[in-house]
Amino acid sequence: MTATTDVSANQPVLIDVSALALLFETLREQGYTVVGPTVRDGAVVTAVLDSADQLPYGVGVETEAGRYRLRDRADRAAFAHSAGPQSWKNVLLPARTRRWSADRSPDGTMVVSGPDEPRRYALLGVRACDLAAIGVLDRVLAGGRHTDPVYAGRRDGNLIIAVECTEPGATCFCASMGTGPQCGAGFDLAMTELVDDDGHRFLVRAGTPAGAGILAALPGRPAGPASVGQARDAVAAAAARMGRTMPAVNLPGLLAANRQSPHWDDVASRCLTCGNCTMVCPTCFCTSTEDVTDLTGDHAERWQRWASCFDLDFSYLHGGSVRTSGQARYRQWISHKLGTWHDQFGMSGCVGCGRCIAWCPAGIDLTQEVDALAAAAAVTS
Amino acid sequence: MSTSLASRVTGAELPLPYRVIARHADTDDTVTLELAYETAPLPAFAPGQFAMLTAYGIGEVPISLSGLPAPHETARRLTHTLRAVGAVTRALHAAGPGTVIGVRGPFGTTWDVPSAAGHDVVVVAGGIGLAPVRPIVQAVLAERDRYGEVVLLVGARTPADLLYRDDLDRWAAAGVQVGVTVDRPAEGWNGHVGVVPALVASARFRPGRSVGFVCGPEVMMRFTARALTDRGVPASRVRVSLERNMRCGAGWCGHCQLGPLLLCRDGPVVDYARAEPLLDVREL
Ligand SMILES: Cc1cc2nc3c(=O)[nH]c(=O)nc-3n(C[C@H](O)[C@H](O)[C@H](O)COP(=O)(O)OP(=O)(O)OC[C@H]3O[C@@H](n4cnc5c(N)ncnc54)[C@H](O)[C@@H]3O)c2cc1C
Ligand code: SF4
Ligand code: SF4
Repeated sequence: MTATTDVSANQPVLIDVSALALLFETLREQGYTVVGPTVRDGAVVTAVLDSADQLPYGVGVETEAGRYRLRDRADRAAFAHSAGPQSWKNVLLPARTRRWSADRSPDGTMVVSGPDEPRRYALLGVRACDLAAIGVLDRVLAGGRHTDPVYAGRRDGNLIIAVECTEPGATCFCASMGTGPQCGAGFDLAMTELVDDDGHRFLVRAGTPAGAGILAALPGRPAGPASVGQARDAVAAAAARMGRTMPAVNLPGLLAANRQSPHWDDVASRCLTCGNCTMVCPTCFCTSTEDVTDLTGDHAERWQRWASCFDLDFSYLHGGSVRTSGQARYRQWISHKLGTWHDQFGMSGCVGCGRCIAWCPAGIDLTQEVDALAAAAAVTS
Repeated sequence: MSTSLASRVTGAELPLPYRVIARHADTDDTVTLELAYETAPLPAFAPGQFAMLTAYGIGEVPISLSGLPAPHETARRLTHTLRAVGAVTRALHAAGPGTVIGVRGPFGTTWDVPSAAGHDVVVVAGGIGLAPVRPIVQAVLAERDRYGEVVLLVGARTPADLLYRDDLDRWAAAGVQVGVTVDRPAEGWNGHVGVVPALVASARFRPGRSVGFVCGPEVMMRFTARALTDRGVPASRVRVSLERNMRCGAGWCGHCQLGPLLLCRDGPVVDYARAEPLLDVREL
């Protein structure tokens, strides 16, 4: 093994791209299942990875409202792609999970067992916006009066390896949501990818002792001020190149004041109520449950699956659904993301990742809808 | 299940087995179930709170507490009254004595009955809405001298749909002003006919010193709350129990939103000053 580095706290280290193979090995040795970006079906998805070879080297993406395309890059950068159709929600709150199963004992009572113990995940390539999104899920599912044990079980013991964003997409607006592109806290390791004439390398800093332990196992060298400055500049340039901006208005106030706005008719004329935006959103956490039983009726299970506020039966009550119109369903979605999330959880439900814009088949862009509401409010006031 | 995960799992997540120890048919489609725990009791429920009841293999529904345990009952019993309207409530309705069902809870806000001490208590219920307010009357009568006038106004579709008729008689005999009205009278009915909010105007209570507790269909609650505020009860002292789709009860599923409120957590009991502007918006 080459010389390993003695990592003192917060001393950034440079590692070569070749060290990623050892990173995978180290993580596996420590019992982690690595989840990270890879190319599948024409998109960069998050999947369980066996080796660093599966990372999307040289793959960039182009996004626009209703559009997402891979493109070849001139370099071999592995993390030069903006958000894809999946997020860490797919790992931490999967689309389908078994919550429990129950078996009838001879005296008629039910013996219930909880979910299977999840694996320990290392999340590799977490962007600042998605780091914030994990923070949102933590608050919603594990930060209230009741902790969701299934979520907490999948979240516990995560190792988060963030990679700061240097290639924002046209649909990105994390800078205006205050969530990125630089990673503030909440990571074990944070890397910035640098690719130029000096080679392909990563500036890495540890955020926790667990991260420092991993970093110490990698061949690296202390980063000089030049590399540190280069990484900082690359992230600052990304902040300046965001394709979109969320208008700097009081979002909760604007949405609460516009519950009866005619603008919802306009959105509804375009929205297909397909729910794609809720599926790709890294913070949309709504779920439904389904109970199933075997033929004897002695074995029952409860399954949880993602639900969408765009589904008609989402708001079903005996006698009919509360939100039947497309107007009401889009209003619920955007008002929750940007407004009532603050009332409910003391934070925004949107982190500015832009996924809902890129994956909307109608090209609906929440930053533009806010613009329209704000403009109408300015005219009438 | 390993210990680390087991230690996180509580009555909020896994349904605990409770056995039906008594089943009383209140009407054709409504039953009251008395439940006793099998392995361990859930924390005590307060009036206004609800449980998630599981019919194993069929599904789970939110159902309010509909009765307080008698003072001498040390074991924690649960009383729930439910109307069979769909797959899950039909299965629970059919659960005879001995059947084991799953229970999670307690969830949600309470009626906060003790805060009405020193006030007149005005309880107004429509249909199955009488079930969640029944523990209010029981709690008030258990400490009768802490409260002023006690008014209970009840609306039902027909005389045959009227719940807890024995209780209503007993409470009237104990000095509660009980008013009952039906939408459609039947042979032998000589009581009121019409909607329950209409009874508010003639009830005896001191509006400035009253707390209103209202449960029933949403339009009934809006008309009742208006009738109470028209008489001078402040909206902030009128409490309503709101219903929305609820899949988890614990704040994780997102279904029960009403604007800024997550009703499984910020409700179901909400004061009307807070609820009114939200209920005024169609399809919120
Ligand atoms: C806080 C609260 C307290 C309640 N207290 C009582 C009570 O004390 N007594 C009583 O009889 N009823 C009560 N209800 C109403 C009761 O929960 C519904 O009647 C019941 O959920 C209907 O389910 P179902 O499958 O039998 O009927 P269906 O109407 O056929 O429902 C079909 C499916 O829709 C869903 N659904 C319908 N209504 C609801 C709902 N409110 N929440 C979640 N899912 C729903 C369920 O998945 C259900 O299986 C209460 C509701 C709430 C929110
Ligand atoms: S609302 Fe859209 S931009 Fe905001 S976090 Fe969700 S997917 Fe990303
Ligand atoms: S906004 Fe777009 S993605 Fe969301 S439901 Fe409407 S059409 Fe589908």
